[in-house]
Amino acid sequence: MNAPVLTRRHFTGGLGALVVAFSLDPNAALAQERLPGSLQNNRKLDGWIRIDPDGTATIFTGKVELGQGILTALAQIAAEEMDLPLARVRMISGDTRQTPNEGQTAGSQSVENSGTALRMACAEARAILIDLAAQRFGVPADQMRVADGVVSTPDGRKIGYGELKPDLNREATAKATPKPPASHKIVGKSIARFDIPAKVTGGLAFVQDMRPVGMLHGRVIRPPRYGSKLDSADDTAAKAIPGVVAVVRDGSFLGVIAEREEQAIKAREALRKSAKWTLGPELPDPARIFEVIKSLPSKDATIGVKQGAMPSNARTFEAVYTKPYMSHGSIGPSCSVAEFKDGRMTVWTHSQGVFPLRTELVKVLKMPAAAIRCVHVEGSGCYGHNGADDVAADAALLARAMPGRPVRLQWMRDDEFGWEPYGPAMVMQAKAALGGDGKIADWQYEVWSNSHSTRPESTDGTNVLAGWYLAEPQKMGPPTSPPQPAGGGDRNAIPLYDFPNQRVVHHFVQDMPIRVSALRTLGAYANVFALESFMDELAAAAGADPIAFRLAHLKDPRARAVIEAVAKKAGWKDGETGDGTRGRGIGFAKYKNLACYVAVVAEVAVDRATGLVSVPQTWAAVDSGLIINPDGLTSQIEGGIVQSVSWTLKEEVRFDKDGILARDWASYPILTMPEAPKVEIELINRPNERPLGSGEGSQGPAVAAVANAFANATGKRVRDLPLNPARVKAALA
Amino acid sequence: MAINLKVNGVPRSVTAEPDTPLLYVLRNDFELNGAKYGCGLSQCGACTVLIDGQAVRSCVTPISALEKSEIMTIEGLGSIDKPHVLQQAFIEEQAAQCGYCTNGMIMSAKELLDRNPRPSEPDVRAALASNLCRCGTHNRIIRAVLRAAQANGRT
Repeated sequence: MNAPVLTRRHFTGGLGALVVAFSLDPNAALAQERLPGSLQNNRKLDGWIRIDPDGTATIFTGKVELGQGILTALAQIAAEEMDLPLARVRMISGDTRQTPNEGQTAGSQSVENSGTALRMACAEARAILIDLAAQRFGVPADQMRVADGVVSTPDGRKIGYGELKPDLNREATAKATPKPPASHKIVGKSIARFDIPAKVTGGLAFVQDMRPVGMLHGRVIRPPRYGSKLDSADDTAAKAIPGVVAVVRDGSFLGVIAEREEQAIKAREALRKSAKWTLGPELPDPARIFEVIKSLPSKDATIGVKQGAMPSNARTFEAVYTKPYMSHGSIGPSCSVAEFKDGRMTVWTHSQGVFPLRTELVKVLKMPAAAIRCVHVEGSGCYGHNGADDVAADAALLARAMPGRPVRLQWMRDDEFGWEPYGPAMVMQAKAALGGDGKIADWQYEVWSNSHSTRPESTDGTNVLAGWYLAEPQKMGPPTSPPQPAGGGDRNAIPLYDFPNQRVVHHFVQDMPIRVSALRTLGAYANVFALESFMDELAAAAGADPIAFRLAHLKDPRARAVIEAVAKKAGWKDGETGDGTRGRGIGFAKYKNLACYVAVVAEVAVDRATGLVSVPQTWAAVDSGLIINPDGLTSQIEGGIVQSVSWTLKEEVRFDKDGILARDWASYPILTMPEAPKVEIELINRPNERPLGSGEGSQGPAVAAVANAFANATGKRVRDLPLNPARVKAALA
Repeated sequence: MAINLKVNGVPRSVTAEPDTPLLYVLRNDFELNGAKYGCGLSQCGACTVLIDGQAVRSCVTPISALEKSEIMTIEGLGSIDKPHVLQQAFIEEQAAQCGYCTNGMIMSAKELLDRNPRPSEPDVRAALASNLCRCGTHNRIIRAVLRAAQANGRT
């Protein structure tokens, strides 16, 4: 929603016009009272809200629109607490000059963190406005009424927010009470997304659509594989192409700038042909990748330990599951527009975190943070850490070579597939003991995974691609793993089930043979696949229905409720089994063990001759606490299920020792329209519970439901993803 | 060299190499945002426009081949104030998450509804089989196209 200000007409004049003063000393927060959500680190009210003279509220959030509808949801929260119509709430998001720093927009945390901050800050601003009106009219504050941004006395005197000119340059106290859910008029409604009309009419909607005056087009030339060094790049042919204005080289970083986009693309091809590289190390043998990952040194953490009595007559079971590298697969390759002017760099970016990106640009450009501004403008859906930050650094490096001329750089399709950080390959090993009572007596689980977070703002080094290839190369930042309870590779590795004995080991493997980072759900997709597959294997061994078996091990009433709801919605029959080609299965998780509860039932159809698996139908039940926008929640859950089915049936980044083989949609196919499952969703609203993140809640349950449905249909289990024809035929042979 | 094109009923002229893909001329010269670069390989459908009524991938279609053609982009369908029935249906069904594929979905659907005003759901799925969506918005897109077909049937 930052995009509409970036028209050609407004580009030069409009951007510098809005200056909002809010100060923040991050160290000051340490000694202070803990404030809820992102208020904790952005404590001034005017960092979040400005009341304009016309009575509209401008809301500042560090979270950004990624196509998940977050700005609409946050506007609903702000409008609700401010008693303003939505039309008089204006959202400004993700701008290092204007908004709070809320880190990354990731991990299904925006409603929880930014939404909570706005809920509290807006409730407090409303209370301040009421107090001001009460003083002005000499009427006790508790007798004032508010509607549509107008405060009125019992005898009918009125004043608008704009006239009250509140001083919000003050520390938030979080003492104002937000509205009780029963009185909500805007929160809880399926408000139509603000961004969709422009997206269906060719409006200015994406950073890809920016077209500032004097804009040039850039492209970059990447090496044949990781770690290669550029020996020479004869630019004669490239410079002979009409319109080429510069070839930019800094060490092994190579790019080209032209007046027209197609000229830049041709020049990129010419440079690619002439560039001579000393190749970096070979990639591992793909046939041995899981052995390689298990053999690399790891930092091991034992988590979720429970120790109780062990029955003497237990039967033991063991299974190993794997998940390959997966691509974010954004439909639009990453893009950025950068302008270097008067010693200042401005970067328009679809990064998930404009402040962390700026931190990396400081290191890459060797410029002070104060001279760099990063502004979020929407891009194609990213689903995690794709090429967004990398392309922004590339664009800035090119723009620096052409002061005063904005440079637009969109990666080509093979740049995105070949160079983005993938979701890591993982190995999950599960062992369990089943007691004579048919219940799980012991659960032992180990997961091996690379980092799920090599995002910008590394503590040491630089986490943007170009930084590693400069003449003065910067090192890659140390891989990190978010700690439990959210976790990284161990996200959702601890079962929510009540087992008397339990031990989970996270082997955090730090050497990365393939570049990896955060893909939607981090480790949860693979862990829920393994955990919930193994639950079904144990249920079968116990001769129990998989849903009854889960409920027998689960006390959490909200978890039970979603499982029971999905069983009812799908018309699940106790003990139902498939017929060799069709079957159904269930998967359940509470995302991160601290966000939304989701249960999914999937139906699969298996073509035994070709090995093709399809998923015609899925059902889901969701408890996300207080629902802000029911249609938005439904959209996130159904999108997550369809995306997960694509991951599960088709997706795997292929490579060989020479490099990455995924370069286009033929070498990395995804689910197509005829293959998309139907989705029926039941939402369980809990108005008195806090709203829970939901953008990543359904992918884990969906993969488990599909894997379990395949086993239910065929009697055979596939423990290695994806469930592609080769694996399926081997399993059925 | 100057090449003359007709876009959304309006004669336009551009000075560019004859082999320039239509996509870049639409976006950069004519300032039409709808058609998107997705792959440059005719694989994803984000760049779809109608050429003489046929859904065509503008990323691989050179402008030199189009001087006698009628080119229609999503901007030619309707606007925010006067949306085409397909655009209206996509809004009503909230049939977009990131929205990057939406142009291609709508333009491919436009071709479908022009030749088959009352498609079945499988017809819609088949017509959009070469348009990729990554957000998992497939079911809403299908519903939007069926809704547009129904709305057409009423007028």
